[in-house]
Amino acid sequence: MSAMRGLGIRALHHELAEGRLTASDLIQDSLAAIETADGRVGAFLHVTRERALTQASAGEGVSGVPAPARGLLAGIPFAAKDNLCVEGVPTTCASRILEGYVPPHTATAVRRIETAGGVLIGKANLDEFAMGSSTENSGFHPTHNPWDLTRVPGGSSGGSAAAVAAGFVPYALGSDTGGSIRQPAAFCGVVGLKPTYGLVSRFGLVAFASSLDQIGPLTRSVEDAAIVLQGIAGWDELDSTSVQVDIPDYLASLTGDVAGLRVGVPAEYFETDMDQGVRDRVMEALDTLRRLGAEVRTIRLPHTRYALSAYYLIAPAEASSNLARYDGVRFGVRANDAPNLLAMYERTRSAGFGPEVKRRILIGTYALSSGYYDAYYKRAQQVRTLIRQDFQTAFAEVDVIVSPTTPTPAFRFGEKADPLTMYLNDIYTIPVNLAGLPAISVPCGLQDGLPVGLQLIGRPFDEPTLLRAAHAYEQAAGFSGLRPTALGEVQ
Amino acid sequence: MEFETVIGLEVHVELRTRTKIFCSCAVEFGAASNSRVCPVCLGSPGVLPVLNEEALKLGIRAALALSCEVRRSSKFDRKNYFYPDSPKAYQISQYDEPIGERGCVVIAGTSAPRSIGITRIHLEEDAGKLTHSPFGDASLVDLNRVGIPLIEIVSEPDLRTPDEARQYLEEIKSILQYCGVSDCRMEEGSLRCDANISLRPVGQATLGTKTELKNMNSFRNVVRGLEYEQERQRAVLMAGGAIVQQTLRFDEATGTTIVMRSKEDAHDYRYFPDPDLPRIELTQAYLDARRAEIPELPAQMRARFEQAYGLPTYDALVLTSTQRLARFFDVAASQAVDPKAVSNWLMGDVLGYLKEMGEDIDAQPMRPEQLAGLLRLIDDGTISTKIAKTVLRDMMTSGQDASAIIEQQGLVQISDEAALREIAERVIAANPKSVEDWRAGKEKALGSLVGQMMKETKGKANPQLVNRLIVDMLRD
Ligand SMILES: [Zn+2]
Repeated sequence: MSAMRGLGIRALHHELAEGRLTASDLIQDSLAAIETADGRVGAFLHVTRERALTQASAGEGVSGVPAPARGLLAGIPFAAKDNLCVEGVPTTCASRILEGYVPPHTATAVRRIETAGGVLIGKANLDEFAMGSSTENSGFHPTHNPWDLTRVPGGSSGGSAAAVAAGFVPYALGSDTGGSIRQPAAFCGVVGLKPTYGLVSRFGLVAFASSLDQIGPLTRSVEDAAIVLQGIAGWDELDSTSVQVDIPDYLASLTGDVAGLRVGVPAEYFETDMDQGVRDRVMEALDTLRRLGAEVRTIRLPHTRYALSAYYLIAPAEASSNLARYDGVRFGVRANDAPNLLAMYERTRSAGFGPEVKRRILIGTYALSSGYYDAYYKRAQQVRTLIRQDFQTAFAEVDVIVSPTTPTPAFRFGEKADPLTMYLNDIYTIPVNLAGLPAISVPCGLQDGLPVGLQLIGRPFDEPTLLRAAHAYEQAAGFSGLRPTALGEVQ
Repeated sequence: MEFETVIGLEVHVELRTRTKIFCSCAVEFGAASNSRVCPVCLGSPGVLPVLNEEALKLGIRAALALSCEVRRSSKFDRKNYFYPDSPKAYQISQYDEPIGERGCVVIAGTSAPRSIGITRIHLEEDAGKLTHSPFGDASLVDLNRVGIPLIEIVSEPDLRTPDEARQYLEEIKSILQYCGVSDCRMEEGSLRCDANISLRPVGQATLGTKTELKNMNSFRNVVRGLEYEQERQRAVLMAGGAIVQQTLRFDEATGTTIVMRSKEDAHDYRYFPDPDLPRIELTQAYLDARRAEIPELPAQMRARFEQAYGLPTYDALVLTSTQRLARFFDVAASQAVDPKAVSNWLMGDVLGYLKEMGEDIDAQPMRPEQLAGLLRLIDDGTISTKIAKTVLRDMMTSGQDASAIIEQQGLVQISDEAALREIAERVIAANPKSVEDWRAGKEKALGSLVGQMMKETKGKANPQLVNRLIVDMLRD
């Protein structure tokens, strides 16, 4: 039933260009798959059915044009994490406080894809305001891991990862503040790319922690990640933190050749608590890279152990300010029974935000308070500088850094009820955001039937090398064909 | 006990940009409520601020014009607070790295000129405007003003009297208007002023406890508010009491101050660097370009007018009150024989007529060269001063040269002695009573005869010549 089964973006594009499939076929296919199985997965918060069908049929007029004239993304469906604004489409960030909010503007990343002919299928679930690592913090419903429905898909881009893993869409957009693309990608056995901070415009991404947030793709292959990145990367006048750099041809960088590539393995990462199975898969991946001619060596990132603390001060501090606008005055839900302004704020925010969001707002407010700023926020920024310097030093010796994406495979619902245990899940991904670097998670095999993710980290704006290494590994390892079985024939 | 008053001012000035500081909404005064807004200034989820470079340029220009040191590297910070006038619940401002620091302006002072220190100038966005229902059941929010670029100018506590505070404000306003930085219209809110005031015994070095005064919406009310507060504090101290640090609101109707909040209610704004905006890094060339945009400032112009044109201080002060008037004078005076005469005409008839018309010097069509031309025609006796006044009004409405108006209306002064003698003979013959009166010693009778002469010549007769002729003829 699935016309999209197993096909990557380039192959789908070929089918469209040759006229064997139409954009409408792909949309119908995607909608049918969602209808059949999303009741069990819960990847979507909102399916843009009518909008997608209209767009697909409007775009079909050009689908007969020879392939080179049309972009690879034209006519191909995708999902967007529900913290990416799309004009006229409800955007909730999985928060009750934004229930019913319809933005008047579209995120630049989404707009670029739509301009290239991509068709939005729906808005994917997430941890409320992207705060979490399991999508259990969604204010509406949890998302289930297509590999094992009793397990979480990771987070916060859990809906995006699950939608790709379940075969609902060929790719999805997510956002990554401390690992929110890479960790769910690892848990769901898909590829997740967090670009260099500033490569993709944040305009239209509802801010969690502005200095760390970055939009990126979740895909079934490194090649697809390169294609989507090509579509969304580049300077945007609407985001002053987006950087004016020349955008290379990412597809062209996928040469399959990593001979002589210097691969660093951070000793500190392997000194942490890590499942033996994860350790084994990563070691096997390193062997594969060696076999391909890469030169693997141990490196030091000495300030790694401070990263989590620094992150959990900086991100909540920025969040406490970014989320202050949800006060019931202009957006979303308002508590109407309040006797005065202060009570309106208190009741609106008490009812609208979930516990994890409240926890981070409180931490962030505290960290910025007068008398505590120097000890917390400022100190955390100093740590951030040290972590950035760690990577700079390491990248003088190596071209990419390799580690597990997460210490464990996907865990069960409710298994990490203690926030600190949950936070530790992002221990390998967080330093990357603090340093603003690009990183990708690619599947590196299974552990007890669950996918394990390999993280590769690159130099700032050196996505070509990062993608080249990830692609070469992926091709050699052969795990990209792995598909979850929990959903039966949907796959 | 003798007390000394210590005043420091915080002045907010709207920058004269076409669009807001972080979005492309138009900046307009008086537009319909909530009509000049967009997702960015409304703080819609997902939007980002992008600095309007024009605001940065004007801010730097203002800092340089107020003799500040400009930071080569500065940043924007978020000032967090919950209130419906701020849709993001934070204001983008500059906290610990303001664009300008350590400036000064010179004021006339009470007895001698004084230099007033400027602590800092920083860029920030304006907040919205709340109107509270008189019934206490609702507040109306107008967000047009949100995101209008402002600079806040903080003075040192260098001012010693309410009148010095007024002088300081006048000077700031004048400088910023000259630079094209702001309209500085206090009535439209494009210049706003808060004041800190304290008293201390004369000779004491440490400052007394201050109060902060808000809501003074005109220069006059700044003086009124400060005078009231000065006397209130003096009375408290004289009675052995202590000043409570608090924020007060000036009440225009009663001329008194009302407590808004005390120090304990002070906000913790949780300032931190705005991660959405990159640091502002300025090159020397960029600063030089801003410096080159600064025109001759009022103080420099006043000094030059006094020196180059020999004007009295008062004239220089009046003529430099606006840059347009000063420039008008400058051009006219440079082409006139007697600059003081230009000053007299401008300060007298021209300003008088402008006031009548309710217009600005640039809004009327007469050019400064034309005024100088008019004055030359008086000097060379072509027209009388009296006729010139009529011609001036015509020039200020029609924009024609004085010579053209004189020609068209046949206003050239009659200085032909033979012609005037002929008319004088007729007038004397026709007014025997006046002749008799004059001969009887009634000087006023001469005026009547001269008046008749002017009437006969439609005012064109050279008045000095007429006077002399009639006296001569009567004596004969
Ligand atoms: Zn706007």
